[in-house]
Amino acid sequence: MKSEFNPPIGKISQINGKCISLIGNDIDTDRIIPARFLKCIDFDSLGKSVFEDDRKTLKGSHPFDLKENQDSSILIVNSNFGCGSSREHAPQALLRWGIRAIIGESFAEIFYSNCIAIGIPCFTLTKKSIQNIQEYNISKNLFLEIDLKNSSAISEDLNFNLDIKESTKKMFLSGEWDATATLLENSSLVDRKFKELPYIKFS
Amino acid sequence: MSQDTLFDKVWDLHKVSSLPGGSDQIFIGLHLIHEVTSPQAFGGLKDKNLKVKFPSRTVATVDHIVPTDNQSRPFKDNLAEQMIGTLEKNCLQHKIRFFNIGSGNQGIVHVVAPELGLTQPGMTIACGDSHTSTHGAFGSIAFGIGTSQVRDVLATQTIAMNKLKVRQIWCENKLSHGVFAKDLVLNIINELGVKAGVGFAYEFAGPAINALSMEERMTICNMSIEGGARCGYVNPDEKTFSYIKNKLCAPKNENWDEALLWWNSLKSDANSIYDDVIKFDASKVEPTVTWGITPGQSVGINQQIPLLEELSPNDQFIAEEAYEYMGFKPGQSIKNTPVDVCFIGSCTNGRISDLRVAANVLKDKKVSKNIKAFVVPGSEKVAIAAKKEGLDKIFKDSGFQWREPGCSMCLAMNSDKLIGNQVSASSSNRNFKGRQGSPSGRTLLMSPAMVAAAAINGKVSDVREFIN
Repeated sequence: MKSEFNPPIGKISQINGKCISLIGNDIDTDRIIPARFLKCIDFDSLGKSVFEDDRKTLKGSHPFDLKENQDSSILIVNSNFGCGSSREHAPQALLRWGIRAIIGESFAEIFYSNCIAIGIPCFTLTKKSIQNIQEYNISKNLFLEIDLKNSSAISEDLNFNLDIKESTKKMFLSGEWDATATLLENSSLVDRKFKELPYIKFS
Repeated sequence: MSQDTLFDKVWDLHKVSSLPGGSDQIFIGLHLIHEVTSPQAFGGLKDKNLKVKFPSRTVATVDHIVPTDNQSRPFKDNLAEQMIGTLEKNCLQHKIRFFNIGSGNQGIVHVVAPELGLTQPGMTIACGDSHTSTHGAFGSIAFGIGTSQVRDVLATQTIAMNKLKVRQIWCENKLSHGVFAKDLVLNIINELGVKAGVGFAYEFAGPAINALSMEERMTICNMSIEGGARCGYVNPDEKTFSYIKNKLCAPKNENWDEALLWWNSLKSDANSIYDDVIKFDASKVEPTVTWGITPGQSVGINQQIPLLEELSPNDQFIAEEAYEYMGFKPGQSIKNTPVDVCFIGSCTNGRISDLRVAANVLKDKKVSKNIKAFVVPGSEKVAIAAKKEGLDKIFKDSGFQWREPGCSMCLAMNSDKLIGNQVSASSSNRNFKGRQGSPSGRTLLMSPAMVAAAAINGKVSDVREFIN
């Protein structure tokens, strides 16, 4: 875990880092950050508690506890990662642990949009490709350079394309993943919508 | 791409603009907040020096962290006290309506908003909670959001979102006696899978859905997210309108007439186009129990836990993890599985009709020895209504503990938790590893009636043996 926390800001076009593989389908947000850690009024202390219960059960052999993974920043996961609760605490905990990008077979929807909202790009690949990368990463430490503009990833001996929605990619490249400013620009349109909606006066 | 469905109509009505990236800016008609996912959002407003744009469109209550045994302030748990205190302060500062403990209207946010008449057809509704899909039962488009989006709704009353596809789930026939909405939705999730709904809104329709009460429809829509769908809805009808009528925040007098006229125009057209349609036979559904660690891993009460080879290759990975965690053998019967704790409550099944059904099973019966059984009404209103009907007495006489309203052991953020590897029979919505407060605790999801039956026998039982 990195000692100093610098959140992503602005345009994101390149992410370089060591990969950490976490094997399993349907890993839910209760497992990423158990509910007892949601008793907080900020996100600051979440990094150390990521996967707390899974890590305790595995007594030191969980990927997030292995020494060789401590400075990793690209998480490789399988299918339906982040299902369940909408808690943004889950991607916030991963971010604070040091994760800056996630590559997986598929993601749960709210988790995916929470990742965008805090500046963590999520990429998809086929089941087979994910398994190959996870296997490779077990035998050799994989250091990837992700180029968001070209949706590609390269390492010493690998070179492959990553899938990401075009609209999402644009948001990272332009910095609009941090949506508040963009939404605020249309303030007068919002005011007009407020007046137009048939139910505002009776609800 | 879908066309002329209720989802399309409500989406188009609330669309403010097309954003440069390709997503839409959507106006949120009703924003619900609670103590867990809002403090950082208010913090974010402060950091960006922003104020709440339309305070009247946000409503707050407190549910996740509240104790259910002793709600006097300050709470014994300092962190819980800090969270409710922060919400009180934020609501006061930003002039947001807050239904606090003791107001008579506090409770689980997804129980409270419908019973206050806040939830209405044709609205967009967002809340920092994945079970916001519940409100779709009224023909609103409702979905869970994260804390950054809560901040965006507070600041702009809008969010950036890609339009969802629409899948109609057409439910033929009717549920049979002793089979409930919870059983139906568990079966739908089992059949389609826990991630089939990603990218979709689910429209629940057909004779089986039309026959359901509003509270049963809420149970169905509530669990859309367990099938991966962020949003689930039912087209509004007379049952919807009569449920809303005369509620505290419902339109009154001439506004009611106007609202009714508009609501009646709000449904999917007969010839609307869906991205996908699934047919489902409700008459084949049996009382259902989960055996695994996702809500998709369920079987009928008289079925066996599936063998690995009976499952699709994609489901085998998580099944092996589930057998091990749950301590079940493939092929074993789910019926007669001993349980330790019985929990009735949650935004899925903590409403008055749920308590009535469970009390009907428990009347003149006793909870089995060594079982801890407790019922947590979904709201103060539910608790008051239940007491008026004498349901609290039936529960207490049977050996159930009668608690104060809140989310309680659905997610165990208060002191209601499983201990060690206890097995719970639970009317809640998630059987994830560790969900109910113990890292090795095991959850069997089922209807409230089935929880009551399990409490009496001390093991998973067929509720149809208890009701006429």
